[in-house]
Amino acid sequence: MQNRVFQLLVDNNAGVLSRITGLFSRRGYNIESITAGVTADPKYTRITIVASGDEEILDQIEKQVAKLVDVRDIHELKPDKSVYRELCLVKVKSTPEKRQGVIAVADIFRAKIIDVNVDSLIVEITGNQTKIEAFIGLLQDYEILEVARTGIVGLGRGTEDVIYLE
Amino acid sequence: MIGADAMVKCLENEGVTTVYGYPGVAICPFYNSIISSGIKTVLVRTEQNAAHAASGEARVTGKVGVCAVTSGPGATNLITGIATAFADSIPMVCISGQVKSELIGSDVFQEADITGAVESFIKYSYLVKNADDIPRIFKEAFYIANSGRKGPVLIDVPQDIQEAAVRNFKYPEEVNIRTYKPTIKGHAVQIKKVIKELEKAKRPIICAGGGVHLSNAVPELREFAHKYRIPVVNTMMGIGVMRTDDPMYFGMVGNNGKAYANRAMNEADLIIMVGARVADRAISQPDLIFTNKILVHIDVDPAEIGKNVGPTIPLVGDAKHIFDDFANQEFECEHEEWIKTLEEYRKDMVKVRKPNPDYVDPAGFITMLSKEMKDNAVYVADVGQNQIWSCNYHIVKDGRFLTSGGMGTMGYSIPAAMGAKRGDMSRQVVAVCGDGSFQMSMMELATIMQHNIPVKIIVIRNNYLGMVRQFQHFNYKDNYSVVDIKDGSPNLEKLSAAYGIPYIRVENMSHALEKIKEFLKDDTTTLMECIVDPMDLV
Repeated sequence: MQNRVFQLLVDNNAGVLSRITGLFSRRGYNIESITAGVTADPKYTRITIVASGDEEILDQIEKQVAKLVDVRDIHELKPDKSVYRELCLVKVKSTPEKRQGVIAVADIFRAKIIDVNVDSLIVEITGNQTKIEAFIGLLQDYEILEVARTGIVGLGRGTEDVIYLE
Repeated sequence: MIGADAMVKCLENEGVTTVYGYPGVAICPFYNSIISSGIKTVLVRTEQNAAHAASGEARVTGKVGVCAVTSGPGATNLITGIATAFADSIPMVCISGQVKSELIGSDVFQEADITGAVESFIKYSYLVKNADDIPRIFKEAFYIANSGRKGPVLIDVPQDIQEAAVRNFKYPEEVNIRTYKPTIKGHAVQIKKVIKELEKAKRPIICAGGGVHLSNAVPELREFAHKYRIPVVNTMMGIGVMRTDDPMYFGMVGNNGKAYANRAMNEADLIIMVGARVADRAISQPDLIFTNKILVHIDVDPAEIGKNVGPTIPLVGDAKHIFDDFANQEFECEHEEWIKTLEEYRKDMVKVRKPNPDYVDPAGFITMLSKEMKDNAVYVADVGQNQIWSCNYHIVKDGRFLTSGGMGTMGYSIPAAMGAKRGDMSRQVVAVCGDGSFQMSMMELATIMQHNIPVKIIVIRNNYLGMVRQFQHFNYKDNYSVVDIKDGSPNLEKLSAAYGIPYIRVENMSHALEKIKEFLKDDTTTLMECIVDPMDLV
């Protein structure tokens, strides 16, 4: 089992997201994360999917998704030729005495405190998955109340894979 | 002009001549419009059979079959027909009425989310939200259905959209779907590679699937096989690609096929799979069969290549184009010894049946029947033991062999035969079903009589759901569970009389030929019942 990051460009038609996720569920493919958002051209949506499986399955995923009528393009975002980012919000329980400790950890990771309450605070961190996991790991010393992650988005480096929209 | 008129105009622009269907309130505007057009309507007796009929017509004409049903239960009844067409890649446009736009999602009378329900076994579907979109959507739907890997497309049209005004109806001349561009032409480098391997091969074989029929590449494939003397086998969907009596033809592969065809595949050093999925019933252990040989996989659907087996040379494209390209290559190859070997296998590895003389022997009967059938006749096999007998003992000349191969949908043969006959009234069409599958679509006898569609129907009667009984015989030690249909099955002679259909009964082989001749003597609907040994196995 390995993970692969796919970048999709799809027509922004009604139901397009359910067509894609429906394909994954009926063929028994695994989605680790999926994000979708409109592109500079509102006719198109860009979707980033992290899928897991063995090599054959991952190749099949690419072909089956490409076959969907609404899908304009799918390609792999190779780790060495792309940048990935994920945004994560962590709510940590913290009494006033412990607050400074959390802030110190957040500073090291260039995370931002975006909400402070009497007994908790919310930290926002952006980065690749290893950074976020390391950050969450360090916060284990405190009591993590809730975590919300977006799943990754990514783009290929350079102009090689750019699809110029008409 | 209103939406419903626009829908009918779209069908006229596409050259549609027949719409199979069943009306209801939500599709009434459409049926109100179609009656004053030149398009014929065929009123089936249940919606599933409208889809099968459209499928049968599409397979004979190569054009898109069309059916139209109402919302809710009308649409859900269509589902099996859509799944059947999808599994066999049959081009079809299904039109369903839908409740009024503003009521969608509120669970009103006869509302069902049909586009959602069919999502996983349809090529594409539309829910029309604006009547002005009708021309574009219909144009796209017909194009999607009949291009690339063909398949069914559904257009769900709410009642208010069918009644809404359409300004400036203009049927688009071209389709431009940014996201859908099927590959038709094979890659030149890959084609060269195939030819190079063919030159080296000592034991090449072509395994043809249903895709060869769908791309209308039968003449090209036959010419190629003859010119370079390459033996041909086929899958169930590929039956008819070669004439059965063609010296280069070596039978159907698979666990229900000919032993000599499977042996040929095993011993080949180069296999050209064309328009075939490497499906489980055709090739049960792809890993074993393809080791130590070159596999060329030709398919218009790139996702099929490498799905079940990794090919040595993948070749994406339409079979007709690719065989045209092959024909333009100069090369020579020589494998007379291989052909001789296969000819010996074909002679020696014939399955010997021991038919019970008290009954009709289905194998002998089907061979006898197909010899008497016209050269370009259409033989429609149903699903069950009858299907396997049909595959193995039907002699194809220049006609077609239609069956539900991928989905194995019982009850397919009678409605599909209706569609096939309407697709080409000059051809003889014979539906062959079992007594189980017959009872799944016998209500269509009414449609056949109402619309005067002269199809010949054969019911192979063994008083069992024979295929399941056979499975229980081998796998459950003869513990026959829920397969006996003797009690309750109708008297077919009386049933035929009730519909006004001539009836012929065959009880053993001694009078079979005479009865077959009587059965086929003219172009009228006739029902023939063949009594076979209930314990017979395929």
